[in-house]
Amino acid sequence: MNAIKFLFAAYIATWVIHGVYLGSLVRRFSQLRRELKEVGKK
Amino acid sequence: MRKTFTILSVITAVLLAYALYQALVVAPTDAQQGEVYRIIYYHVPSAWTAFLLFFINFIASIQYLVSRKPSTQAAAKWVVLAIGVAGVVACFLPAVQRLIPAGMRPSAVATTVLLIPIFYFVIGWLFPGDRLDVLAVTTAEVGVVFCTIVLITGPIWARPVWGIWWAPGDIRLTSTLVLWLIYVSYLVLRRFSNSAQTQMLAAALAVFGALDVPLVYFSIWFFRTQHPQPVIGGGGSMDPRMLRTLLDSWIAFLFFAFLVCWSRFRLELLHREVEEAHAMESLAGEGVAAKASLPLNRSPR
Repeated sequence: MNAIKFLFAAYIATWVIHGVYLGSLVRRFSQLRRELKEVGKK
Repeated sequence: MRKTFTILSVITAVLLAYALYQALVVAPTDAQQGEVYRIIYYHVPSAWTAFLLFFINFIASIQYLVSRKPSTQAAAKWVVLAIGVAGVVACFLPAVQRLIPAGMRPSAVATTVLLIPIFYFVIGWLFPGDRLDVLAVTTAEVGVVFCTIVLITGPIWARPVWGIWWAPGDIRLTSTLVLWLIYVSYLVLRRFSNSAQTQMLAAALAVFGALDVPLVYFSIWFFRTQHPQPVIGGGGSMDPRMLRTLLDSWIAFLFFAFLVCWSRFRLELLHREVEEAHAMESLAGEGVAAKASLPLNRSPR
C-alpha cells in the first residue's frame, strides 16, 4: 500500500466516524420524538 | 433558531470544503514525509478540538459540582479569579519562566491560564443550573468522537512514516489513549447508572479525567517521545502555507464541532423532557391506582 492510500484512508476514516455519530444522533432524535408523541397521546 | 442552524451548517460545509482543498491541493508536499504528512490537517485539528471540548467539560463539571451549595459557588468564583490572576502574574516571574519549556512563550501560557476564569464565568452565565450538566455530557460525547479520530488517524500516519502502527510506551500516545478511556468510562457511567448521584459522580470523574489533558499536551514538551516534537510555538519551523492550512482546518473543525454540540445539546434536552413525561405519566398512573384501591363505602374526608 503506498503512502497516498494511507492519506485517503485517514480522511475517509474521519468522515466515516463523523457520519456514524451524526447518524446515531438522528436515530436518537427520531426515537425520542416518537416516544414523546406516544406519551402525549396517553 | 432553525434558520441560524441552517445558515451555520452551510457556512461549515463551505469551510470544510475549503479546508479540504487547502489540505490536498494548496499546502506544499513535505520534503521528508511526502504526501502522507497531509494527515496532520485532520489529526491535529481533531486533537485540538477534543482538548477544547474536554476543557469545557471540565469547567462545566466544576460549575455543576459547586452549584449545589451557594456558599461553595461564591467561594469557587474567588478561587477561579485568584487562579487566573496568580497564573498570569506568575508567567512573567523569572523563577517560573525557567520552568516553562524552551520555545513556549510566557505570554502564550498566560493567555491559556487567563482562559480558565473567562470560560468559567462565561459558561456559568450561559448555562445556568442543570444546563451545566447537559453541556458536560454534550462536550464529553463529542470530545470522545474527535479523540477517536485522533487515535485512528495517528496510527494510519505512523505506519508509513515510522514503519509501525503504534509505539508502545510512548507517553503522548499512551496518555491520549488513557484520556479516551477516561471519557468513554464517563459516558458509560452516565448511560448505565440509574442512581440519583450519577450526575455528581460523573462530574467528579470528569474533573479528574481533565487532569490528563495537560499531561497529553505537555508530554511532547517535557519528554523525548516517538511522537513528533511540537512545531507550533515549540521552536520548530513550518512553511507558512502549511501553518495557514492547519489553522483553516481547525477553524472548519471548530464550526463543525459547534454544530454537532448544538445538536447533541438539544438531544439531551429532549431526552430529559421525555424522561420527565414518563415520570409524570407513572405518577398519574399511581394516582389512579391509589384511587381505585379505596374502599367503595369510604368517602374521603
